[in-house]
Formats: sequence, structure tokens, C-alpha cells
Amino acid sequence: MNTMNPGISGETKVGGQSKAVPVPEDKPEATVIEEGKTVGKPFAQDPKFKLRNVSVSYGNDRAIKDISLDIGRNEVISFIGPSGCGKSTFLRCLNRMNDSIDICRVKGQLMLDDEDIYSSKRDVVELRARVGMVFQKPNPFPKSIYDNVAYGPKIHGLANRKSELDEIVENSLRKAGLWEEAKDRLDAVATGMSGGQQQRLCIARAIAVSPEVILMDEPCSALDPIATARVEELIADMSESYTIVIVTHSMQQAARVSNRTAYFHLGHLVEVNETNKVFTSPEHQLTESYITGRFG
Amino acid sequence: MQTANLLPLVLVLALIAYGLAYMRSRAVAAPLGGIRNLKALPFYYAARAALWCAIPALIVLAAWAGFEGQVIQGIVIATLPPESWPESPGQASLILSQISNVAAGKLNPEFVPDHIVAAASVLEAMESRSENFKAALVLLVAVGGATFAWTRVSPHVNARLNVETTLRRIFFVCAALAVLTTAGIVFSVIFETVRFFNRVPISEFLFSTSWSPQTALRADQVGSEGAFGVIPLFTGTLLISAIALLVAVPVGLLSAIYLSEYASRRVRSTAKPVLEMLAGIPTVVYGFFAALTVAPFIRDVAEMVGLEASSQSALAAGLVMGIMIVPFVSSLSDDVINAVPQTMRDGSLALGATQSETMKKVIFPAALPGIIGGILLAASRAIGETMIVVMAAGLAANLTANPLESVTTVTVQIATLLVGDQEFDSAKTLSAFALGMLLFIVTLLLNVVALKIVRKYREQYE
Repeated sequence: MNTMNPGISGETKVGGQSKAVPVPEDKPEATVIEEGKTVGKPFAQDPKFKLRNVSVSYGNDRAIKDISLDIGRNEVISFIGPSGCGKSTFLRCLNRMNDSIDICRVKGQLMLDDEDIYSSKRDVVELRARVGMVFQKPNPFPKSIYDNVAYGPKIHGLANRKSELDEIVENSLRKAGLWEEAKDRLDAVATGMSGGQQQRLCIARAIAVSPEVILMDEPCSALDPIATARVEELIADMSESYTIVIVTHSMQQAARVSNRTAYFHLGHLVEVNETNKVFTSPEHQLTESYITGRFG
Repeated sequence: MQTANLLPLVLVLALIAYGLAYMRSRAVAAPLGGIRNLKALPFYYAARAALWCAIPALIVLAAWAGFEGQVIQGIVIATLPPESWPESPGQASLILSQISNVAAGKLNPEFVPDHIVAAASVLEAMESRSENFKAALVLLVAVGGATFAWTRVSPHVNARLNVETTLRRIFFVCAALAVLTTAGIVFSVIFETVRFFNRVPISEFLFSTSWSPQTALRADQVGSEGAFGVIPLFTGTLLISAIALLVAVPVGLLSAIYLSEYASRRVRSTAKPVLEMLAGIPTVVYGFFAALTVAPFIRDVAEMVGLEASSQSALAAGLVMGIMIVPFVSSLSDDVINAVPQTMRDGSLALGATQSETMKKVIFPAALPGIIGGILLAASRAIGETMIVVMAAGLAANLTANPLESVTTVTVQIATLLVGDQEFDSAKTLSAFALGMLLFIVTLLLNVVALKIVRKYREQYE
């Protein structure tokens, strides 16, 4: 089932022959999902990521079951779904953050700009410099604000001089909407900032290495509504120059920030479509049940 | 009755008091509709009764044991005829030991004056009477305390508060005990040190460069002036500790990094306990390993390259001691490195940092306070280590920075000064206390500095 299938485009037909048995509407959890079958529009014309037949397992547990998906260039796509459905696991495949978990196995084809992400020749450092990540809990390093942002540029040698580094730091903080608040205390320890500021600092830190893609794993779940609104504005601003993949538990957030929305369920990718389509007229029974709040 | 028998008896009484009070509290509660109508659970009434029974009785017992001897001695001395009352404490103890020897039957009464024999019989009578009084009083207090607590088992009395307060006091006493012991050790060392400095000037002790603590036993003895310059000992200590730390810090730290960041779970689960086993090897075993294997090896190698090496060298002792303290550094460092949150690693790795960059720039700084703590623990262990040095580095107090020569350390000298038959008022033995004092001050300073460093970094990294 992990064979490459390069002919696919536009529509979905990957997977076995299992029958989708319709179930009574009041029991959406019992709906049988056909493995590898995704309704809606999972594929794009000029994809940044081309992901085919991706399966992830932790030991004997299959966390991701045969998912195929394209992520477009400069697109904001959100992953939604109930807890434990595999959205974060799938997200972490995109910059190989799952590597540090011994028992995690990734199968299938994952391409970034037509280069295999999981090729044995792949330089993970270069991959992660291109595919940045922002985590659920703000995780600034216990260093100064300046050093936090300068960390990435320094290790990648992006600045030859101190003045260049200063410029990168300032630009990144500006893009993250943190410059006005932070410019007078760049030497202050980052962990002393508020949660929302810390998260924007983490975004600035990710931007500083000029990635092409930013992965966000529930970036607002630890933030209050005002800080959340600021991060969402930021995502909207950044969408012009970056491809953004965001995992979220907030359907309003998905609706506000993303072009497309993907609905995950128990390791399956059930439905992918334009965001307003997903939230106004979902095609799949499970998607509808989830967004109308019947479970999740 | 003997104290040894009295102690368990009091505990048994306390248990009985516990049981009785427990039953009574339930009995009191029953007509009210169950134990929920009591102010406290039956356990607390019972525990209070047990405490009331045991604690006053134990205090009486301790006080009796503490003052019994002095009181009896005073009474016995008072029974002597006035003309034979002792004039000095020394004479008093002489007379008393005579009396007690007669009383114990070790000394034939015919050899001593009649008043001593009379006093001995008084002593015997007093001692047996004291035993009986003590037993009676202690048991009375125990039963009295228990009875008092038993009568106060009532639904309106909150026994829980009493028990909690008492427990808090017991804990306080335990904590105070540790502090007082430390203070006691320090003071006993200070007094002896002052006596030493009455004989040897403090400036000679601190600044003289020669150490040869043999003092004359007879007035006309030749060549035994005694030199008490501590500098060779401290340089020896520093030299060996420095060599030990030069081995232990890199090896320990790097193995901790390997174990926590790179090793697979299987390697880690076997390598860590094996590494920690190093700390469990008795130092005397390290000592003969150093003396019989490492030191000759070092001498041979040194001779091969044309250096002169003594068969007992600071290098041998330092190297083996370094291996000994590796687990202190590695185990503590491993713990603090593991305590750095995974989110820090993720954050750094997600920016495209390599594993070693993450280690060097994020995890190591965050773990630094704990690592310094581990290193200082290892350092104080190295400074205090005696056995390896005795066996592998020798006893000669050479003032040298050459690790191939034999040196000695402060702790080794303390040990050799006090081993064997010694008179405890010569400068030679007293100098051990002065050395101990100096060592204590040095390690204290080390700890203070360490705390300062740790606190400084902690402020920065939280």
C-alpha cells in the first residue's frame, strides 16, 4: 500500500476496496471510513508539499493511515479534528520532528518542492531551516529576547556582521508584531514576557531563518483571546510570503485564518476543501458532525 | 529497673494508651451518631494519648539519666568526713573512681581508708535506690499522661490540632539536632585549634613552607623541633584535586551528555547503573589499584620518556580519584540535562540546529547550575578523600607542582597525626584540629561560592 502513485492528481481514488457503510446520523463515531479515501480537494496545481500514501506508526499503533494531500504554495491550510486524530503527528512529519521519537516509523512519499523529505541523503538541518515550526506551548530559550531571535541566523551563518544580525532581529520582530514592545528590552530574558509575547517571539524566531514554510502546532491554545487575535493577524500578514500549516482545535480560528481546511479523524484524512466550503457545506458525514459540535 | 528495659516498657504503655483512647473515642462517638460528630478522627485522639504517654516519660527518663551521676556523686562526696573533702576537680575524680572501684569489687576494701569504704556502700545504696526511683517516676508519668489524655477524649476537643502541633515540634527538634551537631563539631574543633595556636603561632602555621610535625617527647631530644607550615599540604591537596577534576569533569560531563542525548534507551539502561557502580567501590580498593597498578605504570612510562618519577605520585592518586568521582559529575549532570524540558530541544531542532548545537547552546546553559553543583560535590569529595592518597601519593610533605613527585594532603596528615597512641595535648596532635578547621573553612568557602554562582545563573535562566 505504500507504493508510489505519481499519476494521481485532482481527484481521490487511492486505497482499498472496503465498503463505506452508512450509519445512523445520531452515531457519527461509528461511521466507517474507507482507508486512504479523502473527499473534497486534497490536491493542488503547484504544490509546495506533495504527500502520498503517508502512514505513520508508533510501534504497533498506526497513528496516520494512508493519507495523501497536497499543500499549495503560499497557502494557509488548517488541520482540524478531535484530539488524538493524528493532526500533530502528521504535521511533525513535514519537518521530520518525529525523528527524535525512536519508535516512530513514517512510510509513503513526502516531497517538498519535489525533493523527498525522508530520503536518506536528506539534510535534516537544511530541511528544518526551510520548514520552521511554532509549538503549542511557547518555548523561548532561557536567553535574552535578542539571542532568541538571533539563535537561528547565527547557527545558519545568515549574518556576516553584527549590524546584519541586528537587522535580521529587528525585521523578524517587526514581522511578528513584537518590535514596539521589545525594542527597549532586547537584553531582557525572554521567559519573563507574557505568554502571548512569548509565542510571538517564537514566531519571530522561526521567521528569522527565512523559512519557506511555517508549521504551527496549536499556536494559540495556551493564549488568551487578545493574544490569540494578535497571532491570527500575524498569520494573515505572513500568508503572503509563507506557506503556513496550522493545527488548531478552534474551528473559528481555522475559519478565520486558512484558505483550505483538512479534517482528520482517527488517523484518516476525511475531507479537505476550501475553508468556507468545509464549514458551510461539508461533504462528509463525519466532518459535518464534528463542525456542528456533535463530537470532538 | 534498667533504662534499656524501661524504654520498651514506655513504648508498650504508649501503644496501650493508643488502643484505649481509640476505643474510647469510638465509644464516645457512638451515641452521637458516628465518628463524624467528633472534632477529629479517632486516630488523632489515640495518637494524642500515645504522645501524652510517651513524650513526658521519655523526657523524665532522659533528664534522670543526664543528672543521675552528678547528683549521686555530690551526695557521696558530702558523706565523706570534712577533712577529706577534695580540693580540686582532679582530686575529686580520683576519690570518686576509688569509691566506685571499691563498690564494684575491683579494689580490695582493706587497701583503702575507712571513709572510702563507707562512701562506697553509700554509693551502692544510692545507685540501687536511684534505679527504683527512676522506674517508678517514669512509669507514673507515663500512666499519668495517658490517663490525662484518655479523660480528654471528648467530641468537643480537637485532638487533630494538638497532634499536628506536636508532630511539627518533633520535626523541628530533628532538624535542630542536625544543626546543633554541626555546631558542636565546629566548636570542639575551634577550641582545640585555639589551644594549638597557643603553642604554634598562626602566622607560622599559615605561611611556613615546611611541614614536619614531629615534636620532642623529651626535653633533650635532638632534631625534633616540629615544623607546622600548612602550605605543602594545601598545595598537595590542590594538586591532587585538580588532577582528579581534570579527569572527572570532562569524562563525567561528556558521558552524561552521551547518555542523556545520544544513547539509545537500551545502552542508557545498562551504562548508567554501571557508571554509578564506580561510586560504590570502596576507596581502599581504589587505593591499592592506584598504588599497585597505576603508580608503577606511570613511573614506567615516565622513565621511558626520560622523566624522573617517584613510585608514589600525585598523578597516580589524582587519576584514580578522578575515576572515582566521575559518577558524581555524570549522574547529577545527566539528571539536570534530562530535566531541561523537551520543548527546548524541539524549539532548537525545529530551527535547524544540529543535536550538538542544541546541546551546546540551549541545553547546557539551561542545565549549568545543576552541573556546577555536581562538579562542586565532586570537588569536595576529592578534597576530603584520604585513602587513595595515603596509598598512592605517599606521606612526604613536598612543596611541589610536579605531578610525578609524591605529595601529601591535609586529610592524610590528619589521619596520620591521630593514628596510634598519642598524647592529646602536644602540638602534634592538636595540629590535626587546626588542619581540620582550615579544611572546613576552605570547603565552606567553596560551597558559598558555588551557591552564589548557581543562584546567579538561576536568576538568568528562569
